[in-house]
Amino acid sequence: MANETIRCECGHENKEGTVLCEACGKPISENQHIDGNDQQNVLEMRYEGGARRSQTYKRTVVDKVWGFFSSVKVGVWLIVITLVFSALGTIYPQEQFKNSPLPSSAFYEEEYGLTGKIFYQLGFHNMYDSWWYITLVALIGVSIIISSIDRYVPLRRALKNQKTKKNEIFVKRQRVVSFDNELSENDLNTVKTNLKKQRYKVHEEDGHIFAEKNRFSRWGPYVNHIGLIIILIASIFRMFEVMHIDDYVWVREGEVQAIPGTGQEYYVENNKFIYEVYDADTEERFTRALEDVENPVPKNFQTNATIYRATNDPILGEKPELEKVTEGEIRLNQPVIFDGYSLYQSGTQVESEYNSISMELQLNNQSLGAFTFDTDEAPSEFKLEESDTTITIDNWYPELEFTDEGPSSFSKYPRNPGIIFTVSSPELEEDERFFYLQEKVIPLADNNQANVNVSEVDRRSASGLTVKKDNTLPLFGLGAGIFMIGVSQGLYWYHRRIWIHPKDGVYHIGVHTNKNWYGMNQELDKITKGTNVNSFVDQQEMK
Amino acid sequence: MDLYELSSLFLNITFFLYLIATAFFGLTLGKNRESNKKSKATRIAMTFTIIGFASQMTSYIFRWLQAGHIPVSNIFEYIYFFSMMLILAFVVIYFIYGIPALGLIALPIAIVIIGYGSMFPQEISPLVPSLQSNWLYVHVTTVALAQAILSISFIAGLLFLIKRVDQSQSSKETTFLELILFGVVSTIAYIVLSSSFGAMDYEATFTKELEEQTVDVTYSMPALFQPHDSELVTEGVFNSGIETPGWMQGADAGLKLNTLFLSLAFGGVLYGLLRLILKGRRISALLNEKFDKINPDVVDDIMYRAIAIGFPLFTLGGLIFASIWAQQAWGRFWGWDPKEVWALVTWLFYAVFLHLRLTRGWHGKKSAWLAVVGFAIIMFNLIVINLVIAGLHSYA
Amino acid sequence: MNKKKKRLIFRSVVLTLLVGTLVFVLIVNANSERPDLEEGVEAPNFKLDRLDKSGETIELKELRGQGVMVNFWATYCEPCKKEMPYMDQLYQDYKDQGIEIVAVSVDRNESVINNFYNSLDLSFPSTIDRQETVMDVYEVTNLPASFFINPDGTIERIVRGPVTLESLEGYFQEILPEKS
Repeated sequence: MANETIRCECGHENKEGTVLCEACGKPISENQHIDGNDQQNVLEMRYEGGARRSQTYKRTVVDKVWGFFSSVKVGVWLIVITLVFSALGTIYPQEQFKNSPLPSSAFYEEEYGLTGKIFYQLGFHNMYDSWWYITLVALIGVSIIISSIDRYVPLRRALKNQKTKKNEIFVKRQRVVSFDNELSENDLNTVKTNLKKQRYKVHEEDGHIFAEKNRFSRWGPYVNHIGLIIILIASIFRMFEVMHIDDYVWVREGEVQAIPGTGQEYYVENNKFIYEVYDADTEERFTRALEDVENPVPKNFQTNATIYRATNDPILGEKPELEKVTEGEIRLNQPVIFDGYSLYQSGTQVESEYNSISMELQLNNQSLGAFTFDTDEAPSEFKLEESDTTITIDNWYPELEFTDEGPSSFSKYPRNPGIIFTVSSPELEEDERFFYLQEKVIPLADNNQANVNVSEVDRRSASGLTVKKDNTLPLFGLGAGIFMIGVSQGLYWYHRRIWIHPKDGVYHIGVHTNKNWYGMNQELDKITKGTNVNSFVDQQEMK
Repeated sequence: MDLYELSSLFLNITFFLYLIATAFFGLTLGKNRESNKKSKATRIAMTFTIIGFASQMTSYIFRWLQAGHIPVSNIFEYIYFFSMMLILAFVVIYFIYGIPALGLIALPIAIVIIGYGSMFPQEISPLVPSLQSNWLYVHVTTVALAQAILSISFIAGLLFLIKRVDQSQSSKETTFLELILFGVVSTIAYIVLSSSFGAMDYEATFTKELEEQTVDVTYSMPALFQPHDSELVTEGVFNSGIETPGWMQGADAGLKLNTLFLSLAFGGVLYGLLRLILKGRRISALLNEKFDKINPDVVDDIMYRAIAIGFPLFTLGGLIFASIWAQQAWGRFWGWDPKEVWALVTWLFYAVFLHLRLTRGWHGKKSAWLAVVGFAIIMFNLIVINLVIAGLHSYA
Repeated sequence: MNKKKKRLIFRSVVLTLLVGTLVFVLIVNANSERPDLEEGVEAPNFKLDRLDKSGETIELKELRGQGVMVNFWATYCEPCKKEMPYMDQLYQDYKDQGIEIVAVSVDRNESVINNFYNSLDLSFPSTIDRQETVMDVYEVTNLPASFFINPDGTIERIVRGPVTLESLEGYFQEILPEKS
């Protein structure tokens, strides 16, 4: 059974695995290999020589796993692996950006050849949602948590238990030192005053002086790691619908649509869709750029929307009774926000559909009347009173296409309407059939006497809106804020300590700063100004 | 003369001022020169640098006034702003640490970057709807500043390596150093090629069938690699008849390959000539000899400090502000767009740098090599991601 | 000894929590692509206007006790046109055995639906999903799509794509109410 504690010559009982005595700082001889001190002149002060637990107990599996994740080396490797994979994932577009009707299994090979096929087969096409990428990120999280616990606890203990009186070896083996100073009482007082001026806390005991400042800087890494953990937790919350809704809806001008993700509670009406482009003639300052481009440069995409709420808790499919909640102009960068939901301008199909088509019927240049075919609500028959004519809609193809079996429709959206209709009129000898397509009407028989002209078409635009509800945003904000605080705390303040050690009538001075030795040297000049302190020596040479 | 032309004029002036400044920094080189002459040269060089910076600012402000929005909305403007921040960061560092040798690296790099940026369309373009946000100002300027500061760590790292890599025999380190210099020379080669053929109005157009449509691809440099399955339509221009391999996708694949190849080839010629002049010696060996002695601790400190400032700033601009804006524009603060991924890659890389340095004691040369890699990532993000991998960001 | 034991317990707890979280996240992530509607779950209730009998509505809940086929279709969908006569043919036989068919059209223009319905001389109830919400909740992206619902209201079978006369009869058998 190994000793539970190690007794230093100063009398302090140290935990097993301690590198430097907690109290006096004297190196504990058999443990110098742990921080690699045995090969160096300068003491490794990173964790104050405290017993880092993971380095000590490695007896059970749990301890071994713990030890593995507590290593910075492992953490760095995890980050490097994540970094490399993240980068590899950008070689070809991710599945969500591929913008092709082809299935992924065919798309990557078709588009990018062999390398594309490999990209797909390795699962890189859907990398950032894949179980192994999530696992990688999670392992970084595990590493952050465990290595932080593993270092924070002993570090706090060591810094709390600091003694003013340190062992001579400890002082002499600091990186920056000044030996054999013959200091008068006056010199010492000046140094102390200067230290206080530099905002050091000065402690004295039996002629030993210990000055310290900015200890809180040492907590910076732990604070920023807490920030990162909060961000990771927030992204876990984001996987649930309660916290995060992400949906999409197309609304045509004049149409009211249920907003998906709201459980049929909210509805949006597209009152008008506005699309503007930059005009090279009026926008003089941009003329040079606008002349160069073939396609117009868009200036504004905007949906004038009204948001409604159902007041009657409708059953699915039932027509809701609507009450206006708000109205607004949805533009890129300017979403409309209501009751925790936001609507973002995301997609546009400018004037892509026909709202109505007006046609006029003529016989021998005499009008027999006119009718307007409203694409969504047209009846199956129109009566033209003035000539007692009936128009019967035989077939309606919102998005006309021709298949092997004749005319057909690709979708329900009137993007390319086709109408087959029959005209019956006392003026005509027999019924005549016509086919409206592409803003023209063609007779379906050679001997049709009547003539149909398209007098007007009314087009409409469709607007694609992203529906979002994200309750995790405050948590992400908090995490990011804490991270920034932690990083600043750790990087812009320096934990600095100075020990003045009296020995046989002279003073040895040891200096430690956790970073920025360059600044430390400048500060030492200020502290020792007007005194007899010898110049400081940096014991560590640059590799 | 309108503001746009004034802005262009000042940019040209800036370019020459920086060149003059570099020349004076060059006078600080050499072992045999007297030190008071060197400090005089340094002072003149710094004066030119500062006047150059003022001129660049003026040019920038004119452009801003003309555009009505801050000019950071396309790749030319971004590089322009970035180079300005790089000079600013250098000037600040100079006044803190006073190392003229840094200027001898910082200024040429700034010049090359400006030159490279000028190869892109310079017209003032209007803001498309997705860019019409105040976050454009906040996000892009912070990122550019952060990247400029991070680049300072590269400049310090390069200086460190030039002085500290053992040039007495060839090693992996000397080879990599030469590669960095070759990269710089090739960029210069690209600028020279591009602007000379541009001045000649060189054009060679090919037609190519792509997804059942005929597209025109116009080369502004002689075509060593013509597009895959294409036909030359311009008469009387050079054509090697070598086709770009079919697995390289996109209408512009041939154009990109051609430009890259010519730049590297011409860069190789220039580099070879330099080596010939040096009688076969490595360029870095010459620089090692000519550069003044440096205090490695100080240069190492600059390298670290630049990252200590640049990293949080990059986090703020490249990740936090970026997310806020993305949330406002698209409703999602993070979408794994290539540019976003590369911001994350950059961030992770510098996180690794800091961990290795602060907890594993990577100082000096190791740190300097990491700073070089970091800069390579930034440049990759700026150039390759924008030009090759299209994403949501507008600089494509 | 006690201290060491405490440390071991602490480490084990932390590690278990972390591993547990990871496993949980992976499971949630793996399930995120899975549709909400599956065979075995209760079919979401809906209430739609009938087109064949003007003024009347049909509510799924009220059809409890009967086997219900909910068929999403559109006039522009060719395979839908082919399967509808089969549906009508079997409807005649199974209607009295307690099978109901609800045809939900996702068309926008009602008169087109009526034209179609009349031209094929169909007899089962015809409805329209005006708000497009039923379609959304039933996760219908491609037409036709049929849901066979047990008399107790749970989904017995989801068929995405057309049915044939034979297969349809089999599906009807599955949801046929037991004779009382």
